[in-house]
Amino acid sequence: MSRLVDWPVGKLTSVRSRESGNPVLYFLALGPRFRGDERKFGFALAVFLLLVSPALAQDKKSPPRNYGIGQIATPEQIAGWDIDVRPDGLGAPPGKGSVKDGEKVYVERCAACHGEFGESAGRWPQLAQGKGTLASHDPVKTVGSYFPYVSSVFDYIRRSMPFGDAQSLSNDELYAVTAYVLNLNDIVDDTFVLSKETWAQVKMPNRDGFYDDDREKSEKAFWNSKPCMKDCRGPVKITGHAAVIDVTPEDKTPRKGGVD
Amino acid sequence: MTDSNDDAPKPETTSRRRFLAGAATLGGLAAAGAAQAGNPKNLPPNVADWSKHLGDGVAVRPYGHPSKFEKDVIRRDVQWLTASRESSVSFTPLHELDGIITPNGLCFERHHAGIAEIDPDDYRLIIHGLVDRPLIFTLDDLKRLPRVNRIYFLECAANSGMEWRGAQLNGCQYTHGMVHCVQYTGVPVKVLLEQAGVKPAGKWLLVEGGDAAAMNRSVPLAKALDDCLVAYRQNGEMLRPEQGYPVRLVVPGWEGNMWIKWLRRIEVGDQPWYTREETSKYTDLLENGKGRKFTFEMDAKSVITSPSPQAPVKHKGFQVISGLAWSGRGKVTRVDVSLDGGRNWRAAKIDGPVFDKCCVRFYAETEWNGEPWLLQSRAMDDTGYVQPSKDDLRKIRGVNSIYHNNGIQTWALKASGEVENVEVG
Repeated sequence: MSRLVDWPVGKLTSVRSRESGNPVLYFLALGPRFRGDERKFGFALAVFLLLVSPALAQDKKSPPRNYGIGQIATPEQIAGWDIDVRPDGLGAPPGKGSVKDGEKVYVERCAACHGEFGESAGRWPQLAQGKGTLASHDPVKTVGSYFPYVSSVFDYIRRSMPFGDAQSLSNDELYAVTAYVLNLNDIVDDTFVLSKETWAQVKMPNRDGFYDDDREKSEKAFWNSKPCMKDCRGPVKITGHAAVIDVTPEDKTPRKGGVD
Repeated sequence: MTDSNDDAPKPETTSRRRFLAGAATLGGLAAAGAAQAGNPKNLPPNVADWSKHLGDGVAVRPYGHPSKFEKDVIRRDVQWLTASRESSVSFTPLHELDGIITPNGLCFERHHAGIAEIDPDDYRLIIHGLVDRPLIFTLDDLKRLPRVNRIYFLECAANSGMEWRGAQLNGCQYTHGMVHCVQYTGVPVKVLLEQAGVKPAGKWLLVEGGDAAAMNRSVPLAKALDDCLVAYRQNGEMLRPEQGYPVRLVVPGWEGNMWIKWLRRIEVGDQPWYTREETSKYTDLLENGKGRKFTFEMDAKSVITSPSPQAPVKHKGFQVISGLAWSGRGKVTRVDVSLDGGRNWRAAKIDGPVFDKCCVRFYAETEWNGEPWLLQSRAMDDTGYVQPSKDDLRKIRGVNSIYHNNGIQTWALKASGEVENVEVG
């Protein structure tokens, strides 16, 4: 089973751009440091390894093959598509935007779906409110209540919003509208200007709300080589019916049993 | 893993079983009546129309399609689930299928900005970041590289997500239909990364789609090198547009959201990106208000596809209970079936191939004479994991996590042959 901790780093060797692990090169490189018989032995071993190297080439440690397929991507090509931004701000573009300017962008480009105050219109995602609800029966996940990093918001708007007109906002508009959504959530004040320089000042309320997958520990009981086969539980009662809830879409296919 | 001969009946019991089954079917026929009807003009001793006249010639159907009588075997959606069909899901009709391979046109859809239609001549894949040589590939380039064929299941992390608080949707198409299983042809990501040369600091990949959602996820480099593929074919033909034509990422056993469609970019970095899709979405919110992140593996899961609410029982007597099982951690080694809501279990027969991180088909042969059944199945995999009950899952995770609901499904079979999605306690 794969584990989330302790990735098998050793497996990475063959794609790393470090020197080849070829033992022939290793011994030839060491050669001058050996003396007398040791050196002869080293040389003989190197020759031997050279002879058997075709066999070694099929070993897992063989250097990767370059097929000469694909072109070098130019900096211009990469720049046009490289739009991701990390929590530490790596990838954030030049530019800046104020809460005030963001309000204009938001009202024009966002409010129809997300609501004037980020409360959501219809079934579109709610962007604001929801603080203190995560542990309740009805959690409301918003930028303020759930998103851990500014980048998680900014990067998403940059690549996919407005819905149906993606990648149409200027960098300044992106910074501004992000600042406004943060302001809707009381994370920044009305005068805030978001930019690469102020990025680190923003503290998201749910920044520490996540932890790594721990199923292999917290759900260890589910690994059980001999599950119960007989009399595994007491009487079974039906406690809920999907038919009563009745939210399944209708279709014309007959679903009745044929048995009277 | 299962030799079909193990379960083959002995010759002397076969005839007796056949006789009993036949008698039961006759009884069923008398009761069912209309269900057995057809047009008498086409039934013996009369000679059917299609036995007298010519049908369509070759190439009338240059790309073949299913019989017109199978028109109900389609993907379906639940419109109240989402705000628009461009950012929504349609479900695989699992109850209409058998074996392990999902036909290409029936693979469930999940789009975030509709189906991108990409001219293959205009397709490009860029690999950059912590690499020695940033590279750009055309589709032809990718097709020239060494390729492999692998059959994997793909399950959306939100499959069964509507069922956390109890039975809600009445049909395995809706409760479990965000899964499909096809054969992919593609280039190992390892081969592509070798062409670019990953720098020693490289630990994670950002993978990104070319659609208007530009879906992006962080994938640990070790997983990418282990078994991920950049795939361009499914079941032999080019990927369907709904599945990311011309190129998608294959991340075996891990949640479907990571299998980026319309793949346009792979960036190598030294840490994860914490994109919206791996923070606001696809994290598992627990009862204490904390979210589990990077819950990549899809745990072992199974569902009985027949009988099920959309596939009721039509005859008393001999029954083949049929279902599908899968595990994102390895091979499915066993599937048990219960008729009494989990009090007693028996091992089902797995028929057909058993591959790593792939669906298996299971059958349990039995008799039914109108008694109420509470049908369940539970899958086990080669890590020793046993599919848990819904209640056992809820004890640990509560009911707010949306994702990764692999709890045991219960179907109630009634005397009428109807089947309902129920919750048991």
